[in-house]
Amino acid sequence: MAGAGSTPRVGIVIVSHSALIAAGVVELARQMAPNTPLAAAGGTDDGSLGTSFNRVNAALASVFAAVDAGGATDADSGVVVLCDLGSAVLIAQTALELLDADRRARVVIADAPVVEGAVAAAVAAEIGGDVNAVRTAAEFSRGNAPTAEAGAAASVQPSVAAKVTGAAEPPAYVRTVTLINRDGLHARPAADFVRLAATFPARVMVNGKDAKSLLGIMSLGLLRGARVELSAQSDGAEAVDALARLIESGFGEESAL
Amino acid sequence: MALGSEWVLAWARESARSVDEQRTQLGELDRAIGDGDHGENMGRGFSAVVAALDSLEADATPREILRVIATTLISSVGGAAGPLYGTAFLRAADAVGDRTELDATAIAELIAAARDGIVDRGRAGVGDKTMVDAWAPAADAAAAAAQAGDSEATVLAVAAAAAEAGAAATEPLVARKGRASYLGDRAIGHRDPGAQSSALILGTAAAAAVDPADESAENH
Repeated sequence: MAGAGSTPRVGIVIVSHSALIAAGVVELARQMAPNTPLAAAGGTDDGSLGTSFNRVNAALASVFAAVDAGGATDADSGVVVLCDLGSAVLIAQTALELLDADRRARVVIADAPVVEGAVAAAVAAEIGGDVNAVRTAAEFSRGNAPTAEAGAAASVQPSVAAKVTGAAEPPAYVRTVTLINRDGLHARPAADFVRLAATFPARVMVNGKDAKSLLGIMSLGLLRGARVELSAQSDGAEAVDALARLIESGFGEESAL
Repeated sequence: MALGSEWVLAWARESARSVDEQRTQLGELDRAIGDGDHGENMGRGFSAVVAALDSLEADATPREILRVIATTLISSVGGAAGPLYGTAFLRAADAVGDRTELDATAIAELIAAARDGIVDRGRAGVGDKTMVDAWAPAADAAAAAAQAGDSEATVLAVAAAAAEAGAAATEPLVARKGRASYLGDRAIGHRDPGAQSSALILGTAAAAAVDPADESAENH
C-alpha cells in the first residue's frame, strides 16, 4: 500500500440521529486518529433528534476541504461516511447523490456499526489507507477482521494493509514481551501499536491476530502483565523488534499511575 | 398543450396549499402507524418550497425548478420523507433534462423517474405499504396513457387517479418498510400516510395542468 504512515488522505463523516452520538463518536475516533479529518453530522438543524441534510452537507464539505488541503487529490483520496439508522442513511445517500461528479466518485457509505466502524476506519485513515481500505476496515469491524487463520478470506476481503506473506508457514522470528502499562492494550495504545505496525510492509501476528487490525488487537483484551507473542517471517524481524520496543516502553504511560 | 415552467411552478404552489390543507389528516394517518409528524413535516417542507421558488429567476427551466423543489424538500422535511420526496424530484429533474416544453411522453417519463428515485432510495416495492404504492400505479397509468396518445392533462389525470386508488389500497396491507413495519398486523386498516401525501401531490400535478379557462374545452 502506498503512503503507510503518511498524511491521511481519507476523512470520515459520522451521521447520526443524535448530535451527542455523532460528536461522541468523532471524539472517540479522534483519539485514535488525531490527524484524520473527522466531522459529526448529528441531530436536526435545531439540534433535536433526527437527521439534517444541511449538517450532513456541511460535514461533507468540511472533510473534503481538509482532505483536499492535505494535497491528497488522487482518486483514492476522499471521504467515508458512517450512519446510524433509517433516515440518517437515506439523507446521507441523497446528500452523496447531490455532490458534484468529482466528489461523488470519491465518497462511500460504509455498511458498518457506527462506533466500532468509526474507530476502525479512523485508524485505517490515519495510517494512510485509501477510500476502499478505510471502508473495508469499517465493514470488518463487525469482528471478522481477516487473520492468519482466515488467510483465504483475507485474499477476497483484504484488511487495511494485509499483505499475506505465507500465513501457513511457521513464523521464522518470534519475540515474547510483557505488557507493563497500567491499562493494558486499551484503545489508544492499541491504535499506536496498529499505526506502527502499518509502517512496515511485513505481516506481524500478535497472539494470533494481525498486528494491523485494530479491532483484532483490541479483541485480545490484553491487560497489564499479559504476555504478548509477536511473530513474523524473516522479513518481519525489524517490525517485530519495533513493536516489542513500543510495548516495553509502556506506550508512554509509566507516569500515568 | 405541452407543459412548461409555469406548470411546474403551479404544481409546487398547489402542492403547498393542498398539503397545508391536509396537514391534520396526514398527521392523524401517521399517528396511527408512525410517529405522527408527517403532516407537520410535509407542511413545513412545502412552505419552504414556496419561499424558495420566490428566489428563482423568472426564466427558470422546468429542470431548475424541480431541482429547487428537491433540495428544499430534502433539507426541510424531517425523517425519511425528506430524502424520499427529494430524490423523487431530483430524478424528475434529471428526466426532464434541458426540455422546456414537456409533452405527454415527457410527463410520463418524469413520473416514472420520480417513482424510480423513491424505489432506489427507500428499497421498497409495491405492496410494502409505502409511497411506492401510490407512485408505481401512477407511473404505469401515465405511461399507458402517453403510449395511447392522450394529452398531457389526461396523462396527469389518470396518474392522479391511479395514485389515489393505490393509496386507498394500502389500508388492508401489513407494512414491510419504515416505522409502521414494527407494528405487524396492527397496521392493517390504516392508510399509509406517505402514499396519501403522494396521491395529494400527484393530484395537484393534474390540477395544475388544467387551465381553468380551458377546462370545459379539455378534450377527454
